[in-house]
Amino acid sequence: MKSSVITFPGSNCDRDMDVALKKFGFNNKMVWHDDNELPKSDLVVLPGGFSYGDYLRCGSMASKSRIMQSVIDFAKSGGLIMGICNGFQILVETGLVPGVLLRNKYLEFICKNVFVKLDNKENAYFKNINKDILEFHIAHNEGNYFCTKDQLKEIEDNNQIAIYYCNSEGKIQDQYNPNGSIKNIAGIFNKKKNVLGMMPHPERMIDQSLSGEDGSIFFKNLINNIK
Amino acid sequence: MIVNEQIAIEHGLKSEEYKKICQLLKRTPNITELGIFSAMWNEHCSYKSSRLHLKKLPTKGKKVIQGPGENAGIIDIEDNDAIVFKIESHNHPSFIEPYQGAATGVGGIMRDVFTMGARPIANLNSIHFGSPQHKKTKNLLRGVVHGIGGYGNCMGVPTIAGQTSFDSSYNGNILVNAMTLGLVKKNKIFYSKAAGLNKPVIYVGSKTGRDGIHGASMASASFDEKIEEKKPTVQVGDPFTEKLLLEACLELMAGDSIIAIQDMGAAGLTSSSIEMASKGNLGIEIDLNKVPCRETKMTPYEIMLSESQERMLIVLENGKEEIAKKIFDKWNLDFAVIGKTTNSKNIELFFNQEQVAKIPVNILVENSPMYDRKWKKSKLPKKNKIKNEVLNKFKIKDVLKKILSNQNICSKEWIWQQYDHTVMGDTIQKPGGDSGVVRVHGTNKAVAASVDSSAVYCWAHPLTGGKQVVAESWRNLISVGATPIAITNCLNFGSPEKEENMGEFVECVQGIGEASKYLNFPVVSGNVSFYNQTKEVGIKPTPSIGGVGLIKDYTKMISMDLKEVDNLVLIIGKTEGHIDQSLFARTILDEKNGPPPEVNLFNEKNNGESILNLIDKGYVKSAHDISLGGLLVAISKMCIKGNKGIKISKPKSLINEIEYFFAEDQGRYLIEINKEDLKEVTKILDKNSVHHEEFGIISKNDMIINEKTKLTIDELKSYYTNWLSKYMS
Repeated sequence: MKSSVITFPGSNCDRDMDVALKKFGFNNKMVWHDDNELPKSDLVVLPGGFSYGDYLRCGSMASKSRIMQSVIDFAKSGGLIMGICNGFQILVETGLVPGVLLRNKYLEFICKNVFVKLDNKENAYFKNINKDILEFHIAHNEGNYFCTKDQLKEIEDNNQIAIYYCNSEGKIQDQYNPNGSIKNIAGIFNKKKNVLGMMPHPERMIDQSLSGEDGSIFFKNLINNIK
Repeated sequence: MIVNEQIAIEHGLKSEEYKKICQLLKRTPNITELGIFSAMWNEHCSYKSSRLHLKKLPTKGKKVIQGPGENAGIIDIEDNDAIVFKIESHNHPSFIEPYQGAATGVGGIMRDVFTMGARPIANLNSIHFGSPQHKKTKNLLRGVVHGIGGYGNCMGVPTIAGQTSFDSSYNGNILVNAMTLGLVKKNKIFYSKAAGLNKPVIYVGSKTGRDGIHGASMASASFDEKIEEKKPTVQVGDPFTEKLLLEACLELMAGDSIIAIQDMGAAGLTSSSIEMASKGNLGIEIDLNKVPCRETKMTPYEIMLSESQERMLIVLENGKEEIAKKIFDKWNLDFAVIGKTTNSKNIELFFNQEQVAKIPVNILVENSPMYDRKWKKSKLPKKNKIKNEVLNKFKIKDVLKKILSNQNICSKEWIWQQYDHTVMGDTIQKPGGDSGVVRVHGTNKAVAASVDSSAVYCWAHPLTGGKQVVAESWRNLISVGATPIAITNCLNFGSPEKEENMGEFVECVQGIGEASKYLNFPVVSGNVSFYNQTKEVGIKPTPSIGGVGLIKDYTKMISMDLKEVDNLVLIIGKTEGHIDQSLFARTILDEKNGPPPEVNLFNEKNNGESILNLIDKGYVKSAHDISLGGLLVAISKMCIKGNKGIKISKPKSLINEIEYFFAEDQGRYLIEINKEDLKEVTKILDKNSVHHEEFGIISKNDMIINEKTKLTIDELKSYYTNWLSKYMS
């Protein structure tokens, strides 16, 4: 299975994602933001970091990078695209997924483990995962998901919410919402469910010695689904 | 402008220093030259008050590849891998402008490390604030934490450990010390020593602006009521540019184009160019019109003294300019050939085709002033005699509650949750433990690092305090299963022109030297920050020690959380009941006098090495060193982290219960072992003459002390975790 991770100026989780994808069997290529064409890929990842220093608005300048036209075309043709953290912010800026990501409610960067509840397994990312709650890791300053009432209705009608922040038992409540996201949303899909944007970093949870191993579950499942 | 003594004094030079300049030059310097002298000869850059004493520190060892004198120290961690590390202060700017001051402190230390060819793999920091009640403390703390996070998070380097303290002596002078570790291949280390004639001198990175002019001079003076006016001397950081600079430099370093490289830190283009020339015993010629400037009409004086961030100076091999330029173009960074190396041994500056400065390099460096300042020896204070009746008044539970929620003990999670501590995917011990630990990417090895200081001990008796900080750093590394290798020190003191402050410096350095020599724990890098005082009030002497150690097999790393019910907890090292200068004495008894606990280096070494031996044999399930707050604080943290209880009984020794539980005797650890291993463990400890005693048995839920005092884990947690977040909300 072939994957591509795009490096923007200021990306800093590109190597971590490369390590994770390779660990679970992807043949991964690093792609420079200024390239014209994506290599042939089964999965494209927009990694975390601070593309263009988060200047102007997180993800906004990266969304106009040369490679992004090719990424958008890939999405339209049904290709799998996953945006993690800053990658999610870039996806939002391209309009591939709806909504915006505001500054965290308490105005502080947050780095910690969180639990997320899977809402929709009818997609290439979460199909066949035999758990409903995963322990993931977040590290961001602008992860407060927001959209209009109309958008929210559309998102809900189309089952586009991918994961919610919750507690270890799957309770979705305000006190388990680390950043003020509307409805505790931690990740969403586009309508066709081939594009996934999420704030948590599964690539930081791929080893017993790290923050946990639920990222391993996610990646193992993902490659099996793509095969 | 014609230079005279008055102008020299306004530049922070002393009258006799100005006379020496004129004498050495055999003429009066022009204003640009005077600026260069003031930048090179201030305390921050020249170490004029400290050099004499720093020379006495042990800096060599089998594992030391590079000691002090370069951008950072380097140690060998085997298999052609090496760790580059250093700690540096950014105290003065952080007090004036906390966000930018702290941010550029982090940026500066990371540049020092990647200048040598190393990719930064971990950041640490030691930050000290005034009393929580002081009106400035909250904003300073918030600003500093945001600044450290803002820079480190954007760079994608995990912040893995740190230290925070509050003390009213920092009311007018906070301390911000930042430390970075980088990983490099031993055969790909870069140095700042220029070599060869007519080699192109290259400027890369950000453009030069008017920010930070005289930053280093500002950091070499005391504060007064006009400090707000010094805001323009604080640099402004741009971590995004630094991230690009890091990647571009490492890309260029992969080839063979670079002869020498030096970051532009304190005193900017001045110190970087002079440093490179001086080390190479060469001259350097710079055309200032070629320096990329952000602002118009900048004068030679301003260009030379600007401390704009994210800039590097490189001496390239001839003919490699195009290769280098292509890399910096790719990363959208400025690139300019601004000069060349010469055999004149002068620094020569040109502007609009005119020579604007010409100074022999050796005058600036070797002839820089060095002072043997007067200093006052301190006496060991007399021990307090605290009567048993006084101690018996206290209930253990009440005392423990107060101490666990004390600002200098309580959890600092509010701070480190704002630092990305997991990026790079190799952090295997997060902040909040004895040391932070990161794996050496792609290997079975891991590197542990911690940063420590004990200003109260240093204040009470500088010699003992200096020893103690090194010993604590050593213990923190041992406690995670790392073999200690070397240290970096950041020496924060008041004015060297005051005999008391200078005495504190001299004796702390002596203590650091003695301990590091005995423990074979050499000092490989560091920095001195004097003049941490506002008007006449100086800070408590605060040397920060950053220790680094190696874990050969990271699966053998130890953490402090209690692991299993029914396991035993042993105390390693003897509890004598030294209560003077303990947190108990200072906060509960309000007794500020008395000597700090004695440091017995033989015991430190013996106890530490024996624990490493036990860890290596697989006997140790969890470990924690006993430091500030004493025995009960240490075990409480282990209980909280492991979510387990413990049954403790005080052995029938002579000392009082309060002394036993809250004394801060040195050289002690708590270790958890399996019951079945007790015999074997005892045998090893006895054989090595290590004092040990059984302390308790791990249980499910509660801490039970001497069968009469009971605390639930939730109680302990609530005391320990809430203070800081409540204070900041």
